[in-house]
Amino acid sequence: MKIVLEHLTKRYPNRNKKIGGFVVAVDDFNFEIPDGQLIGLLGPSGCGKSTTLNMICGLETPTEGKIYFGDDDVTELPPEKRGVGMVFQSYALYPHLTVRQNIMFPLENLKGAQKLTKEEMERRAQEAAEMVQIERLMDNKPSEMSGGQQQRVAIARALVKRPRVLLLDEPLSNLDARLRLQTREEIRRIQQETKITTVFVTHDQEEAMSISDMIVVMSAGVFQQMGKPQDVYDHPKNLFVAKFLGTPAINVFDGTIRDGKLYLGDDAVMNAGGVEDQDVYVGIRPEGFILDDDGPMHCGLNRVEVMGRDTTVVSTHPSAQSDMIRVIIPSESRTAALENTVNFSLKPFKVHLFDKETEEAIPFLSE
Amino acid sequence: MTTMNEIQQAKKSAERSQRIRTVITYTLLVLWGLIVLFPFYWMILTSLKSYSAYNSEYIPKLYTTAPTFQNYADAFTAVPLARYFGNTIIFTLITTILMLVVTILAAFAFSRLEFKGKNLVFTMFLALMMIPNELVIITNFVTITNAGLRNTFAGLILPSVASIFYIYLLKENFEQIPEELYKAAKVDGTSDLKYLLKVMIPICQPTIVTITILKVIECWNSYVWPRLITDDAMYFLVSNGIQEIRENGFGRENIPAMMAAVVVISVPLIILFLIFHKKIMAGVSRGGTKGA
Amino acid sequence: MYKNSAKAWLYLLPALIFLSVFMIYPLFDVMIYSVEEGYNSASQTYFGVGAYNYRYVLRDPYFLQAVKNTFILVIITVPVSTGVALLISLGLNSIQKLRDLFQTIFFLPYVTNTLAVGLVFMILFKKTPYSDGFINLIINAFGGSTIDFIEGPYWAKMFVMCFYTVWVVMPFKILILTSALASVDKDLYKAAKVDGATSFRIFRKITLPMISPMIFYLIITGFIGAFKAYSDEVAIFGTNLNAAGMNTIVGYVYDMLYGDSGGYPSYASAAALILFAIVLTITCINLLASRKTTIS
Repeated sequence: MKIVLEHLTKRYPNRNKKIGGFVVAVDDFNFEIPDGQLIGLLGPSGCGKSTTLNMICGLETPTEGKIYFGDDDVTELPPEKRGVGMVFQSYALYPHLTVRQNIMFPLENLKGAQKLTKEEMERRAQEAAEMVQIERLMDNKPSEMSGGQQQRVAIARALVKRPRVLLLDEPLSNLDARLRLQTREEIRRIQQETKITTVFVTHDQEEAMSISDMIVVMSAGVFQQMGKPQDVYDHPKNLFVAKFLGTPAINVFDGTIRDGKLYLGDDAVMNAGGVEDQDVYVGIRPEGFILDDDGPMHCGLNRVEVMGRDTTVVSTHPSAQSDMIRVIIPSESRTAALENTVNFSLKPFKVHLFDKETEEAIPFLSE
Repeated sequence: MTTMNEIQQAKKSAERSQRIRTVITYTLLVLWGLIVLFPFYWMILTSLKSYSAYNSEYIPKLYTTAPTFQNYADAFTAVPLARYFGNTIIFTLITTILMLVVTILAAFAFSRLEFKGKNLVFTMFLALMMIPNELVIITNFVTITNAGLRNTFAGLILPSVASIFYIYLLKENFEQIPEELYKAAKVDGTSDLKYLLKVMIPICQPTIVTITILKVIECWNSYVWPRLITDDAMYFLVSNGIQEIRENGFGRENIPAMMAAVVVISVPLIILFLIFHKKIMAGVSRGGTKGA
Repeated sequence: MYKNSAKAWLYLLPALIFLSVFMIYPLFDVMIYSVEEGYNSASQTYFGVGAYNYRYVLRDPYFLQAVKNTFILVIITVPVSTGVALLISLGLNSIQKLRDLFQTIFFLPYVTNTLAVGLVFMILFKKTPYSDGFINLIINAFGGSTIDFIEGPYWAKMFVMCFYTVWVVMPFKILILTSALASVDKDLYKAAKVDGATSFRIFRKITLPMISPMIFYLIITGFIGAFKAYSDEVAIFGTNLNAAGMNTIVGYVYDMLYGDSGGYPSYASAAALILFAIVLTITCINLLASRKTTIS
């Protein structure tokens, strides 16, 4: 089931009544989520991603705009008529019911033609439990289970009514680091087995990038960019997306374009053809540097951190927006001889230029 | 799939039933609000009516055009209301202060000190919590009478000083203070008493305020024990005073004057409540049934 | 190891003295009183030991009337007050505007002197030669005929008694239930809505089980409190409750102890122990029932 959002907008009355007016949580969203894909809604906290999810779910009504599931307009439908399953951040398992009763709860609510026999319910609950591998815990209460197991129960409960769309709100945030890795693989596996269009919300870019077919980056209620994780990473549309994706974060410099060359301070570090002369922001990924004694970029050396697989060179540059820039180079590189200064050349496809005013990406030719 | 029209209709009927539900909810709440407030309105209203005006209303009026404060003057002159009032304040203050001292000391011993038989004594305390006041009041009545303490403040106050429930409440709260704090204080050479006064009491101030408020309410409204132990109007508390006024004061039918007295004795707690209503409600929901 | 022992006992001493004199000693003493036959409070002598006091109390028509009154009061007021409090709390929980105001108003009876407000209730319900009273005014407006609630028929007096008791106990119950309802995780309601549960089913399957411990707590404390009813009755019917036929078990205990009919601590003790036995039994039954319900 593909999901289409059309001019989706949500405004709340301002909580501070003295100021009045409205807070825009979601501002004019237009995008389409293809059928059967796993989509990560990504953004810093408070950016409106949970509101978007709640509107897709039907828990909140949009102020303006439409939501389509396939060709059906579901904007006005209550959640139970949309055929959605939702996994809450807190899991929202009913604490007084057993796992079995929790999973069967949605089925018992079905009415009319959809009504199921007791046996059918049991069978469907068993099936969902097997899908998430908790069939041996069916008679436990949620309080007797670990966080990871509770998470699985919540997913089973969302899947049991065979939803058209599965929604997950920060599904991994309450798990410890090891379980998080395991569970995100699990979510990926379940999604690929069921082929249900799945949308999940997260503030953790690594989490989103690792399992999503597509990611949608949001900031302060405004849609930024949508695409395959690698594409978005490689071609950020603006400075926000570039900064938000990637750990360690991208290094940002104040640069100038003059005569088709990019200047950082007085160093001409790279060709930048096809761009008018202007001041720009320059974003360089940590892995975009090459250790080169004759390189055009002259940096002060702060320290070298050896991480095993690779090495981080922490250095300074007068044009950098932050005190330190982080450079990641392969650990084979010879760093022992470095003293006080270090020179780099750049990989052009790891360098991004952004307009000083709009912060939009500026395309350029590096040859 | 459901058609647009059906969806619209479903939405409309959902909105309508939501509106009906809101109306019913507010009606219920307003109705109960009226039931709660009406007696208060009535007592203030009646206290402002003159004796003759009140008695001439065969059909009681819901308002008065000629309010008078004469009843309040009568309440303080014709019956010793001021004395009842003063007695209650003395009783409430002394009982509450003694209760706090006894409770804080005992809670401290249970929560921080190690001694032989602690668990046994504490279990005994818990068991006593189930004993209703009605059971022990008979002997207490005899004890106080034999001690010659009838119609004295000592007789009124002493049996109300110890409250196991408050000891329990405070002990639980004291135990939440990290043990490290106590150890750190010991390392610094702080005495137990100083630690209790300077550290534990300030930290547990919310609980102490709660039990103080609960005890004040309990004292202000206490009726049964004072009735048993005092028959001299010199020592009546407000509850007994009201009962006395009802049965012997003013001449039986001077209801406006009675209502003035009722207003006067109700006002202190209501003012206390209006100032501290958040604290009082939080305190009561944490531990208190009416009366005790 | 217990080098602080002496000091600890010193801290405990005040509490221990008060409790020993006014709780532990009386507890045993009341049992002794209750079996001392023919105790004379003036000479402090008695004839013998036996169950006569219990037999006397159980045959005393005043006691039987008091037991009947108390049971009717309990059976009516506990379910009514708990049910109405639940309705009101659900209402409070579903609104946002004026919520604090309503909560504050509803709590007001808790802090008022029940003797004082009882007097107001008496006046509202009372029929005198000068006036039929406010409540009768309303009854007349709806076409009913005047009833004397304070000195009239038994059921009318019982109605006033129950009404006032409910009025007095509601604040506590509303407070407890609203905070219980507010502490239910909101995500559960959202999840149930996504799962397609109707609002009635959400109430029955989620809200009710989640707050059931508090409901049982209120029922148990409600039973205990209602069995000990006394001062609310005095407030409405005056100190001579036997004459009004509106006495309660606790009222009977006090009447036996003190006042015009007093001077019989043995009978008072026997009655108090019977009351204690009744309350204990009912509390145990309640606890068993609540355990069963919460387990299943």
